[in-house]
Amino acid sequence: MAKIELKNISKKFKDDIVIQDLNLTIKDGSFTVLVGPSGCGKSTTLRMVAGLEKQSGGEIWIDDKCVNDTPPGLRDVAMVFQNYALYPTMTVRGNIEFGLKNRGVARTEREKLVKDISEIVGLTPHLDKKPQNLSGGQRQRVALARAMVKKPKVFILDEPLSNLDAKLRNQMRTELIQLHKRLGTTFVYVTHDQVEAMSMGDEIVVMNKGVIQQADSPMKLYHDPANLFTAEFIGTPAMNMINMRDVQGLDIQTAASIGSVGFRPEQGLINANSDIEGYAIEGEILTRESLGAEHIYQIQSRTGVFFVKTFLTPLETADRVKVTVPYGQLYYFGLNGERLRGIETSTKRLVAAGGV
Amino acid sequence: MTVWEKLRPYGMVAPAIIIFALFFIYPIFYMIYLSMFDWNFVSPTKTYVGFQNFKDLLAEPDFRQVLSNTTVYTVLTVTLTTGIALLLALWMNRKSFFHGFVQGAIFSPHIISLVSISLLWSWLMDPEYGLLNWVIGLAGFGKLEWLSHPSTSLISLVMVAVWKGLGYNALVFIAGLQSIPADIYEAASLDRSKPWTTFTKLILPMLSPTIFFLVIINMIGSFQVFETIAIMTQGGPVNSTNTLVYYIYEYGFRFFKIGYASAAGVILLVIVGILTMIYFKLLSNRVHYR
Repeated sequence: MAKIELKNISKKFKDDIVIQDLNLTIKDGSFTVLVGPSGCGKSTTLRMVAGLEKQSGGEIWIDDKCVNDTPPGLRDVAMVFQNYALYPTMTVRGNIEFGLKNRGVARTEREKLVKDISEIVGLTPHLDKKPQNLSGGQRQRVALARAMVKKPKVFILDEPLSNLDAKLRNQMRTELIQLHKRLGTTFVYVTHDQVEAMSMGDEIVVMNKGVIQQADSPMKLYHDPANLFTAEFIGTPAMNMINMRDVQGLDIQTAASIGSVGFRPEQGLINANSDIEGYAIEGEILTRESLGAEHIYQIQSRTGVFFVKTFLTPLETADRVKVTVPYGQLYYFGLNGERLRGIETSTKRLVAAGGV
Repeated sequence: MTVWEKLRPYGMVAPAIIIFALFFIYPIFYMIYLSMFDWNFVSPTKTYVGFQNFKDLLAEPDFRQVLSNTTVYTVLTVTLTTGIALLLALWMNRKSFFHGFVQGAIFSPHIISLVSISLLWSWLMDPEYGLLNWVIGLAGFGKLEWLSHPSTSLISLVMVAVWKGLGYNALVFIAGLQSIPADIYEAASLDRSKPWTTFTKLILPMLSPTIFFLVIINMIGSFQVFETIAIMTQGGPVNSTNTLVYYIYEYGFRFFKIGYASAAGVILLVIVGILTMIYFKLLSNRVHYR
């Protein structure tokens, strides 16, 4: 169990600044997910926590100890790598107990630990096989077992599910969540997949270009994004954005200059009752994705293409539709992408309601 | 199917097969055939002697020394070349101008002809005027006889072979080391593996295919050593550097006892064949392939 603190961390590769002045506290026992597009510095951050990469400046604290000069093996962290990094010449048993052997754990104790762990992850029948004779999912479990058997204070997982097929990925996702509940250890997880982040993390850190955009719980991140980047990054399909210049028929009470207006695809109501007050857009349905319980429409409007998602409603067959977004569901962003909160909106009285 | 379509695949492989048969298969069988005869290369009649050549060979003390010379030379050359090359590769396996330069420098003997190398080392090892003895003298030690004394001649030849082989061996080792993913080292460091443990438990087993390949290549090469001996020692002094191939050459092309030389050739073929089989049968089980 451990809290991790990153204080003013920066990282340079030669003249390339990857991370600058990063501050982050990872709560004890949390499942924290670092998410962002590739090259945003999330893996580098993770590797600095593990000690595989040395930060160019700043301090890393695990619990009440500054680990700046602690080698990886002594930080009490365990890592699961994207390609698993299993030792190919060793059996599954050898892989799991290698760390224990290096710590000088006695043979009987080792055997007991390996037995317990392999039962938890379901590897008992495969203990004497070599990694190359295992399936992707089994390799993943070996990597997990190898990390778990050391009973670390912190688990570090670097895109561990990205090499699995979709079905197995979903299964491992739930298994990891259960594992976290069971162990209660701090998990730090890196992924570029926001769905994975949302479904697994109880704390999500959205990063872009080496800067933390927002660190929050999944629901807050979704419903109350701090900026344009987070709003567009989290959610499938992404939040619809309309450039302020194209917006018509909105009476916005603010002194701030608005860059764009956004709304979540599921907040757009197709051909809604006229008593719902909201921003109305007319458009032509380009495509319909029918996933059973939900439908996703791609709609071409005067201001560009946007998406609408509906649940448990019949598929809309009309070509031209009117989409209404209740005023309360509109998000406003400033010219620099920052979120503008507390803006009152109503329909402009002078112009006919429903912009074109 | 037309006749041409049926014949085409055979036509395609024919050039390779013909060359292989002409220069590998036919000589082997011709050598085995000749080993049963007493013949001097020019006489129109060959006398059939059965296995007499083999009996003579094995009874000859010189031949036994030749076999032991060859074995000592091979064992020393293979272990030293492979071992030192591995150490060098571990050290050179990083990206810097200096390491790249050393890599190139060590590799350069590989592309020089063995004849030039032999002449160069004959001079370096000259007991009176050689550079090596001069350096040893500067360090305050007595002069060595190098190639001129039976006790040092074979090891001197081993030195030359190791010097020539190092670069190639190290290069192959570096390629092997670079095929080991970096995250293996990282996982090991998180597992608190000490450098020596990482090397013996992880790196060495992962390099086993490379080691296996190099040992076989070096061994077969060393067993057939000829050029350095022909140029530097001619098998001497007192037979101390005479090896199988040089022995065959001497009996075949200087004493014109072609049947006798062929019998020695057959023995060389059998030894190399057996060694290769042993390696493949025994060692390949312990080699890790991905």
